[in-house]
Amino acid sequence: MEREVQRVRAAFGSGRSRPLTFRRRQLEALRAMVQEREKDILAAIGADLSKSEFNAYSQEVISVLGEIDLVLEKLPEWAAAKPAQRNLLTMLDEAYIQPEPLGVVLIIGAWNYPFVLTIQPLIGAIAAGNAVIIKPSEVSENTAKLLAKLLPQYLDQDLYAVVNGGVEETTELLKQRFDHILYTGNTTVGKIVMQAAAKHLTPVTLELGGKSPCFVDRDCDLDVACRRIAWGKFMNCGQTCIAPDYVLCEPSLQDQIVQKVQEAVKEFYGENVKESPDYERIVNLRHFKRIQSLLEGQKIAFGGEMDEATRYIAPTVLTDVDPDTKVMQEEIFGPILPIVPVKNADEAIQFINEREKPLAFYVFSHNSKLIKRMIDGTSSGGVTGNDVIMHFMLSSLPFGGVGSSGMGAYHGKHSFDTFSHQRPCLLKTLKREGANQLRYPPNSQSKVNWAKFFLLKRFNKGKLGLLLLTLLGILAAVLIKGGYY
Amino acid sequence: MSAISEVVQRARAAFNSGRTRPLQFRVQQLEGLRRLIREREKDLVGALAADLHKNEWTAYYEEIVYVLEEIDYMIRKLPEWAADEPVEKTPHTQQDEAYIHSEPLGVVLIIGTWNYPFNLTIQPMVGAIAAGNAVVLKPSELSENTASLLAAILPQYLDQDLYPVINGGVAETTEVLKERFDHILYTGSTGVGRVVMMAAAKHLTPVTLELGGKNPCYVDKDCDLDIACRRIAWGKFMNSGQTCVAPDYILCDPSIQSQIVEKLKKSLKEFYGEDAKKSRDYGRIINSQHFQRVMGLLEGQKVAYGGTGDAATRYIAPTILTDVDPQSPVMQEEVFGPVLPIVCVRSLEEAIQLITQREKPLALYVFSPNDKVIKKMIAETSSGGVTANDVVVHITVHSLPYGGVGDSGMGSYHGRKSFETFSHRRSCLVRPLLNEETLRARYPPSPAKMPRH
Repeated sequence: MEREVQRVRAAFGSGRSRPLTFRRRQLEALRAMVQEREKDILAAIGADLSKSEFNAYSQEVISVLGEIDLVLEKLPEWAAAKPAQRNLLTMLDEAYIQPEPLGVVLIIGAWNYPFVLTIQPLIGAIAAGNAVIIKPSEVSENTAKLLAKLLPQYLDQDLYAVVNGGVEETTELLKQRFDHILYTGNTTVGKIVMQAAAKHLTPVTLELGGKSPCFVDRDCDLDVACRRIAWGKFMNCGQTCIAPDYVLCEPSLQDQIVQKVQEAVKEFYGENVKESPDYERIVNLRHFKRIQSLLEGQKIAFGGEMDEATRYIAPTVLTDVDPDTKVMQEEIFGPILPIVPVKNADEAIQFINEREKPLAFYVFSHNSKLIKRMIDGTSSGGVTGNDVIMHFMLSSLPFGGVGSSGMGAYHGKHSFDTFSHQRPCLLKTLKREGANQLRYPPNSQSKVNWAKFFLLKRFNKGKLGLLLLTLLGILAAVLIKGGYY
Repeated sequence: MSAISEVVQRARAAFNSGRTRPLQFRVQQLEGLRRLIREREKDLVGALAADLHKNEWTAYYEEIVYVLEEIDYMIRKLPEWAADEPVEKTPHTQQDEAYIHSEPLGVVLIIGTWNYPFNLTIQPMVGAIAAGNAVVLKPSELSENTASLLAAILPQYLDQDLYPVINGGVAETTEVLKERFDHILYTGSTGVGRVVMMAAAKHLTPVTLELGGKNPCYVDKDCDLDIACRRIAWGKFMNSGQTCVAPDYILCDPSIQSQIVEKLKKSLKEFYGEDAKKSRDYGRIINSQHFQRVMGLLEGQKVAYGGTGDAATRYIAPTILTDVDPQSPVMQEEVFGPVLPIVCVRSLEEAIQLITQREKPLALYVFSPNDKVIKKMIAETSSGGVTANDVVVHITVHSLPYGGVGDSGMGSYHGRKSFETFSHRRSCLVRPLLNEETLRARYPPSPAKMPRH
């Protein structure tokens, strides 16, 4: 493991990932890989999550291609030095922020969207000029194996390495030194990753989870709301970090919501959901049993059917759910939608704030004032109003959590920034020493007075002001030295 | 519950009351802070004089003025920074509102340090207050006069529940670090930085770590050595070398070494007179432990100037070492004292190599009239920040974020970056409940065949 990381670090040290042309070529190769080996990729995802080709494409591959295109277009702009606003004393100097690679980045992927959650961060890390070690989740083993096979066929083999394995290998890997670690997964392992990173003072981006609440106002189009909620909830069989975890609504809406969600489910998956090619399965037996246990003692409005052999769990809605029950204590990460009745929006806000900050917050209402009020009154990684999931899709919006749901963010330019060191540079000349006179010892009360005058007054004349300042500075220095003050 | 727990809980309850949310409240607090500085300047200077032998000029110009500037800047810009920030939309999201909404994180812990005990505790606090957080301050116990003073006067000017000061040593700091915060900003050493991040990891608390390192200062053969050496001497010996962005050591061609020594000596005499011990403007080492440490670095070195010290007053003379061996102790740890080693290198390439073999420093300095030399040095090294043809001053520009990379730290602050560091930037996409037709394509059932694309 140590040797592997050393090899990658040496490759970074060679400097070949610095030129933008090199990074572009790697990204173009990655794009070629996705396009040429699409069938293999879709098959691997399909094998891991019982996902149809169409879903695998539209949920994962499309985002990856979109990200590569965006980065290729924007890379020159993002990688360029950004001029910084100067103050009076630096008016004639060059001041800018220069993005530079960090070095060797570790990306630890997750199993629920095993392709996009590993490759999208990889795109940003490559674009920023780093070497990258990718550790796909062993739970989605087909995708993990495929990535280990394909990436070296298309990308620089020394700069971008895939390391596979379970807990043991990951623990070994985390002992090594990296310059940034991006981890997608659960809160518990997130803490372990951060602790390991602390030993090397490695900055981390942690994309974790939580229970993403979904408030449905009485003043909204329930047909549309329920269809959108059902879509986001049941995609990938509920195994989406930003799925609406549970619904909060007034008791009077509960029955309608149940009915309309049920209708949407029928629209999507037909009468016999088990036979729909669009409905996925739970990734493994452990999670299947975990989700199964969440139903204990609950009022099942519809759904609840299970088949252990195929790890099938039907789209299920629970009503009148007690906030203290198990299903409300952990992130569901499955096709179970609890409805928790609350009196009104204020009670919903209170409910949400009593809990850990979630990765996403959803609110459905025609009343934009209410939406703003709920956003102001709560906190979460991100928000979509009147839909679910979609804030993830707009790459100009940073994607990340807060509190227990994570730290840092990525997507689009935010990926580039996350995987770069933004280095401030101030380039002065050895001239105009006059302007510096006031800062040198020996000091005196008059210098203090002059300093207060210059440093806290605002000159609006720009260059003229600077000239004036320089002259006054020299004058002051001369006068002070000459004992006039 | 321990006293420390109670203080933190009280701050959290105060935050949860919501009173920090209106911008007006935050501005009021910042104005309170400004009043504190103006009205209690004498007390501040007194504390800094007792801790580090600063005088009213050095205290003002090196610490206090930057806090005042930050407060003014923050108050002026707050409405702009706190407003929702619209982001670029795609064809699919044209009908939507897409923006980043800045919100407070909650309770922020700021652990100060002893070398600029006022600035390095209060300047971060300005950003944390502006971003709407409650702030727990833990000043460094080594600068005990400033620590006591802050505990005494902050409650007289700021909301007492929201912005408590907790004083104490290692034991108290360890206690504080067990509590849950929403962000921790720590300024100090790399070793303790690791401890802070470990503690933060238990609560998944994001951290900003302002650490240190050996800041190299490359002096090109062709530059105006008079000016270069005056600037270097100023930045190196201010606060008796106890500055995290001080030029730690010089790299230069052997042919200019003795000139550099002469010119540094000239500037030092101009600044502090023949005997720096008698100068009001020359600082003292913070405590005996650091005094011993710095004096110890002189062992076996060629002392070109200075080299004397007085343990009783913790005075170390401005000292220059020549022909320093990169393997010797003075080149293995951050000097953080008034000792300037000169290491000879034969070329820019050799300098770059020496720098890149070491941990990434907090700052990098390069003196040259040749823009190519400067650009090459920057391109082939890494550091928190850079000033070319001067030292220290990149940290005084608001628009340049102040922070390290690698062992010198993570995250940054100052100006707008402070506001962002202490905020959660929350992505918001607000759609209309209309246009359901345009979304049809995303709903199952999927088409019978995979579309050709």
